[in-house]
Amino acid sequence: MSEYVFLYRGAERPSSAQDTQQIMQKWMNWFQDLSNKGYLKDRGQPLELAGKVVSGRQKTVTDGPFAEAKDLVGGYTLIEAKDLAEAAELSKGCPIFERNGFVEVRPVMKM
Amino acid sequence: MVAVLTRIFGVHNLALAEDVVQDAFCHALEVWPFRGMPDNPSAWLMAAAKNRAIDVLRRERTARTFAPELGRRLDSEWTLVPTVEERFASHAIQDDLLRMMFSCCHPRLKEEAQVALMLNILCGFSVREVANAFVTGHAAIEKRIQRSREVLAGSKTLFDLGDESAIRARLPAVQRALYLLFNEGYHGASTKSAVRWELCGEAMRLAALLREHPGAASPATFALSALMSLHAARLPARVDAEGELIALFDQDRGQWDRALVAEGERLLEQSAAGPELTEYHVEAAIAWVHTTARSAEKTDWRRIVSLYDQLLVIRPSPIVALNRAIAIAQQEGPERGLDEIRGIAESDRLIHYPFYAAAQGELELRRGRIDAAREHFLSALGLARNPAERHFFERRVAACGAPSG
Repeated sequence: MSEYVFLYRGAERPSSAQDTQQIMQKWMNWFQDLSNKGYLKDRGQPLELAGKVVSGRQKTVTDGPFAEAKDLVGGYTLIEAKDLAEAAELSKGCPIFERNGFVEVRPVMKM
Repeated sequence: MVAVLTRIFGVHNLALAEDVVQDAFCHALEVWPFRGMPDNPSAWLMAAAKNRAIDVLRRERTARTFAPELGRRLDSEWTLVPTVEERFASHAIQDDLLRMMFSCCHPRLKEEAQVALMLNILCGFSVREVANAFVTGHAAIEKRIQRSREVLAGSKTLFDLGDESAIRARLPAVQRALYLLFNEGYHGASTKSAVRWELCGEAMRLAALLREHPGAASPATFALSALMSLHAARLPARVDAEGELIALFDQDRGQWDRALVAEGERLLEQSAAGPELTEYHVEAAIAWVHTTARSAEKTDWRRIVSLYDQLLVIRPSPIVALNRAIAIAQQEGPERGLDEIRGIAESDRLIHYPFYAAAQGELELRRGRIDAAREHFLSALGLARNPAERHFFERRVAACGAPSG
């Protein structure tokens, strides 16, 4: 078993209160399912979209990142799976796809 | 929440108010999956909306004007936060909801537009969801809501709840809008289902708000609430778990919501204060006669007929006449019922209404005129608006057996 990170990006805003409730329920169900089956290591956290970017030799601190909304990472989750293919498969249950978002699946380095 | 925020931002900033509410929901969607649902989700959402509102006010106060009634208090940093906090206090929220309800019933808007606006702004329905609630198509509803919002935004200020004569003047429109909303849910003509519980629920919730405000809690308001409760109480018997329609004489009265019946009776009593007798009183009384009957057969149909006689005087309409004819059939037999149906004024308005054909089918069936009954039920089937109605009429056609000869 290895660890993988799901990075969530690009979800569209829900269109109404009823929508939001349904989407919420789906997220809860998906996390619960992952947890029940032993795949969920750390539910993770949501991330503010505006932060700081520190760069260069001078270690300049600027406001950022100012990427397109669809490119910004909104949150992460840590899961355990037997390989990358399985991890990617597990991400398919995420409700973010219904709102045109995507999940980046990245293995955590072992060595 | 939109009602509260519109009060703060001003009615001309309705769209901004909605954006802030949307932001609060989006924020919930960002956070709750990870942290779990908070114990009090609405309080959380309110707090998120409030914080966002304060941000917006600070950021935009040089660029925009906000609610004229709140004026200077939003300008100063000193009073900004307390003023916003005050609007989010629970009694203020009730007031704002009521204020928005009255504002939606703007005299320049047609009844259907008022109801659509209420659903959109007060009940948080998206345009697609409002279109599903009415039989009208999405594009038409979108235009209607758009225009209604412009009318609302152009009215400079929200309705003044302090003006008692204004409340009295607009109250009938508000009651009518809530009645139409309830009716839309109860006698649903949507393509998906015969009954839309959510619409009935929203109408009842808003009517309850009306009852809380002394200026709006007239006997007619109580009568309106009574009829909603008494109708809603009987819904679980009218529609089964799969959403299929059940005929009156086949309904299991044990399924009725007893608490709603009791509430309806209480409200009906309260509506009897004063000399006013409105269409809501009469309709509530009809519902009550049904509710107190031990069975469909044992219903006091004579009483119902005389109530329909009254209703026809107050609110003449072909549908009321049809319901009266059906009641007469119960009391005096199918021949009389069919006579009455043939005598309905403006019956051309009923030709697309499947239950007009179905009622004739029922009565012909009772007379033993099976072929005529089948014809009527086939017409009804052709006019069916959703799967539940289709299945219901199919069963009626099947009950007539194969054509003779």
